[in-house]
Amino acid sequence: MAERSFKAEVEHLRKGEGDVFTGEGILAITKALLENGVGYVGGYQGAPISHLMDVLADAEELMSELGVRFEANASEAAAAAMLAASVHYPIRGAVTFKGPVGVNVASDALANLSSSGVTGGALVIVGEDYGEGSSIMQERSHAFAMKSQFWMLDPRPNLPSITKAVKDGFELSEASNTPVMLMVRIRSCHVTGSFATKDNVRPPLTVKEAVANPRSDFNRVVLPPMSYLHEQDKVKNRWPAAEKFIVENKLNEFFGPEKAPLGIIVQGGMYNGLIRALQRLGLADVFGNTEIPIYVLNVTYPIVRDEFDGFCAGKDHVMVIEEGQPDHIEQQLGSYLYKLGRKTKLYGKDVLPMAGEYTGQVMLDGVTGFLKAAAPDMLPGQVRAPNDAPPAIPDLSNTVPIRPPGFCTGCPERPIFAGMKLVEQELGKHQITGDIGCHLFASLPPFEIGGATMGYGLGPASNAAFDGGGERRAISILGDGGFWHNGLSSSIGNMVFNKSDSVAVIVDNYYSAATGGQDVLSSRAHNDTKSTNNPISAALKGVGVEWIRQIDHTYDVAKVRDTVREALTTDYNGPKVIVMSSECMLNKQRREKPLRNKAIKEGRRVDVPRFGVDSDVCTGDHACIRLSGCPSLSLKRLEDPLRDDPVAHIDQTCVGCGNCGEVADAAVLCPSFYRADVVHNPSSFEKWRAGLRTKTISWLQNRRDARRIRVGDVHVTAPQGARAAPQPPMGALT
Amino acid sequence: MNQMLRQKTPDARVAEIIKLAVMAVGGQGGGVLTGWIESLARSQGYVAQSTSVAGVAQRTGATIYYVEMIPHSDNQPVFALAPSAGDVDVVIAAEMMEVGRAVMRGFVTPDRTTLIGSTHRQLAVSEKSVPGDGIADAEEVKAAAEIAAQRLILADMDQLAVLQGSVISASLFGALAGSGALPFSREAFEDAIRAGGKGVDPSLKAFAVGFDVAQNGVAAPEPILETDESPVTGSNEQATEWQVLLDRTEALPAPVVAMARAGLGKVVDFQDCTYGATYLDELNAVIGRDSAAQEWELSTTAAKYIANAMAYDDIIKVADLKTRAPRFARIRDEMSVKDGQLVQLTEFFHPRAEEVAGMLPAKLGARAEANPRTMERLERLFGKGRRLRTDTLPAFLMLHILGGLKGYRLRTRRHAVEMAHLQSWLDRSLAPLAEDYALSVELLKCRRLVKGYSDTHARGLTKFDTVMNAADMLKGRKDAAEWIARLREAALQDPEGKALTGAIETVRSFV
Repeated sequence: MAERSFKAEVEHLRKGEGDVFTGEGILAITKALLENGVGYVGGYQGAPISHLMDVLADAEELMSELGVRFEANASEAAAAAMLAASVHYPIRGAVTFKGPVGVNVASDALANLSSSGVTGGALVIVGEDYGEGSSIMQERSHAFAMKSQFWMLDPRPNLPSITKAVKDGFELSEASNTPVMLMVRIRSCHVTGSFATKDNVRPPLTVKEAVANPRSDFNRVVLPPMSYLHEQDKVKNRWPAAEKFIVENKLNEFFGPEKAPLGIIVQGGMYNGLIRALQRLGLADVFGNTEIPIYVLNVTYPIVRDEFDGFCAGKDHVMVIEEGQPDHIEQQLGSYLYKLGRKTKLYGKDVLPMAGEYTGQVMLDGVTGFLKAAAPDMLPGQVRAPNDAPPAIPDLSNTVPIRPPGFCTGCPERPIFAGMKLVEQELGKHQITGDIGCHLFASLPPFEIGGATMGYGLGPASNAAFDGGGERRAISILGDGGFWHNGLSSSIGNMVFNKSDSVAVIVDNYYSAATGGQDVLSSRAHNDTKSTNNPISAALKGVGVEWIRQIDHTYDVAKVRDTVREALTTDYNGPKVIVMSSECMLNKQRREKPLRNKAIKEGRRVDVPRFGVDSDVCTGDHACIRLSGCPSLSLKRLEDPLRDDPVAHIDQTCVGCGNCGEVADAAVLCPSFYRADVVHNPSSFEKWRAGLRTKTISWLQNRRDARRIRVGDVHVTAPQGARAAPQPPMGALT
Repeated sequence: MNQMLRQKTPDARVAEIIKLAVMAVGGQGGGVLTGWIESLARSQGYVAQSTSVAGVAQRTGATIYYVEMIPHSDNQPVFALAPSAGDVDVVIAAEMMEVGRAVMRGFVTPDRTTLIGSTHRQLAVSEKSVPGDGIADAEEVKAAAEIAAQRLILADMDQLAVLQGSVISASLFGALAGSGALPFSREAFEDAIRAGGKGVDPSLKAFAVGFDVAQNGVAAPEPILETDESPVTGSNEQATEWQVLLDRTEALPAPVVAMARAGLGKVVDFQDCTYGATYLDELNAVIGRDSAAQEWELSTTAAKYIANAMAYDDIIKVADLKTRAPRFARIRDEMSVKDGQLVQLTEFFHPRAEEVAGMLPAKLGARAEANPRTMERLERLFGKGRRLRTDTLPAFLMLHILGGLKGYRLRTRRHAVEMAHLQSWLDRSLAPLAEDYALSVELLKCRRLVKGYSDTHARGLTKFDTVMNAADMLKGRKDAAEWIARLREAALQDPEGKALTGAIETVRSFV
């Protein structure tokens, strides 16, 4: 069950000729795939294209009506490999994953695919996770296109352009027998807008029909001597064919006056940012009509030399806007200019920063810098000679705290890391590597567990140098998503084969949780179209792990602590693997809350737990928070002149996961925590018994109060600094 | 050469684009709010575009949603995908530090920006995990927002919404309507909520409150006082005794009275009126050495920390607090328990040998503590996690009895230890009084470092000792008091005392 359901939106995918679709970019891409007769789709989830996978999964019914095969691939490599179907068969296929990390994983298959060449259109939709809000290292997918020679589309970020790029991509792929990568940037994935729809098209040849009539041709196999021929074919035939198609079909666009002494070349994805900068400088109108010629590279690789040269003709200054580094495009253009003997001056990373997202301000500064050098008269007077200084706004950089993402309220991974932290307090710091997934948040405060992440499923593998063991065994962490992605072989198999004397912790939250809660092989839910309920521990046994511990309730902090301690201290010197399983709380709440509310409404007995802190018992040392970090466990200030520090406080968003009580117990923290179970619709016996208890307790309390003096005067300021986050919503991280 | 490319009059329509950014913490429903704004704009004949970064819009990270809109025309306008500094008309910040972040990033400018912010706090991990008070200064943010915004609407939008049974997105949407920053009628806003179709009624209520706040402002925030317990309960006889103590406080120097009364209440509540009298005696001893010259700062400080030291956290105190009648009422209230529903209460206790030995008679306890084997045995017998259901009789009775051991308390090992610590702390703090008044005050304040239970308590004591000992190094220096204050703040920065160790190193380097 994915975090976000697109069932309602998927109905829009049925729209036909003459209709208008309004919605998110991701959904528009799916619609465009169907309109262009795609025969099979697949991919691997990850921001920013997780929702695309969710949409595809939710649209499975519609796709099967059209004869389109949908595969939730095991990894990006598996997804790219699926495009092999388009090598021999004239079937259009599309897969999606994130870039550049997904492209890294897929690069083997992509390189082979590019060498073989394709008959049917093959489209790789890459969600480029670059810039603010990205969760990965900052690199570009562009280099992969250059090294394997497949073509790269980077359309202008509006729905008509993005959906047209899907059509162009398929056609370009077929015209040049080359796979095409359609890059959508993080914000264009979620940009909203409208486009005119067409009827969905059933693939002329479905995969079912194709598999009934198999084809093969050894000339397409990447083996010598054919692979040498593939290389020649790439540069002699496929490349020129691509250039011809790009030019003839006007995939790149020109805006602004035809004749001008200067111009700007921009990646399609950066077009809106450029226009905004020009709008602010008074050089473009609201519709993007510009005073400066713009050459929009909707195809960023290859760059057609003649088309570029045509744009430069008569221009003394051209600027290229290329986000990210290295400056592949700028280098290419510079080389073209030089070889053409042009005197045109090229601007780019000299007026724009080499690295980092080209935000609105960066773009404005860059374009201004270019114009100051190339055409200062065009700049508004304000820019040329600014007069009034803006008012000084106090610097808040030391006041406003950073707010990185963290574990959700009630997350079952929190107690795992609380337990590990307790072991750390006992046995000292250990060498720990993390993996990709929610559990990587443990490397941030308050846990600060783990010091490296090398890639999906590579947590244990990245500890291999320490596999020989030592005074303190190395620990690695792996999620269930990473385990099935490739961790089983790359990490666990590696540990077994090399007789590793280290510890691997597999965090099993029943989903690929960080990417939005998609099912994986070991998910516990029933899934109509996928095989779930394949236990991780069975797979571990299968590859030869002998020391396996399974914890089915991660909230048992003491058990987690003891098991980790056992793994670190046992005499057994082979690989030790602990599988810690509890359901992702986000998904659990989403599933159970409506059921619970329904049960309460129907008058059934329901017990709703929530934690609380007795503020008069709490001393304000915040040790509990350092072992938890739960959003619902926060602080509040007491209006008590005797108290200096704020005390712990649990707000109404608490889901009663039990972590607080377990930690207070296991870490011997303090007795201020309590759990209150509110019993809805109690039985009459329960009510009677509770009445009796209350009566007796009240009698005891009154009796004591009559004999002693009680001076209670605790004032609580509400709600300063009190409230925590509500249940986090949908989204995708990796 | 640039003759054909002169600056032209900027397109007036560019200025008509309304740019709106929503700064939120992941999980606050920023997406819902953005969806409403977008559908509102479209329903009113505008072209609108929104963007978000879902990758961090989750799991409590800071995130931004961005909307641009302009009246519909035949051509498609070109919108930006992210807000730019100095180019935003409306900023909605769904939390006080996100207000600060919006200002910091330059999205709020005096020439154009309407800033609608919620003053409530969702503490970042860095704010709440320090052992001391790490909560960021909201006043500083407010001051900056007042300068940066052209129009500022600040209120606790979260509280407003919650009181209406809704969530913050609805009250913020109401405030946006009330601000008049968008050229749409109130009805159009409300229709957008109705069109959304989920939780319509509570959303509309919260919307109305938000609208009202934007139009009429908020009344000066009245702290909501929750009286935990009635000020004094007890027999007439005790009331008389209590009155006698209160009368004694009348005689104290005026600036000390308030703190002394608070402290008196705390120790009397902890033990009894006789103990309260002891407290006043201790305090009077300090007052005797103080004078009006420094506005009785020493005595006020002593009044606070002597009370805290005397009302230490032992098993008896915890058991007493856990079994009081007002606590049960408070919990029912906090958990919003309705009639016909029951509450089951589970307490989490984990006594250690140290606590048990502390409960023994003073001499016996001291002997036990000195003997590792006895301590081991105590740990085996008592030292395990206990979950007590205080809504049931056996557990309640056990705690009730423990909580009633006040008559015995003053004879326990723990009491002896605490009193010795109190005296030594007072003596050491007051030792430099004649030469350095400020130093004595600062040393008294170091008592703040002693808090927590078990390991945390032990660490607190170590830090307390470290800072107290530093006074010997600093004695005679003009800035001794300042340094003690600095060391104390350092001790409160992290649990392990890294900052403190660093600060001590600094002190060593110059003494």
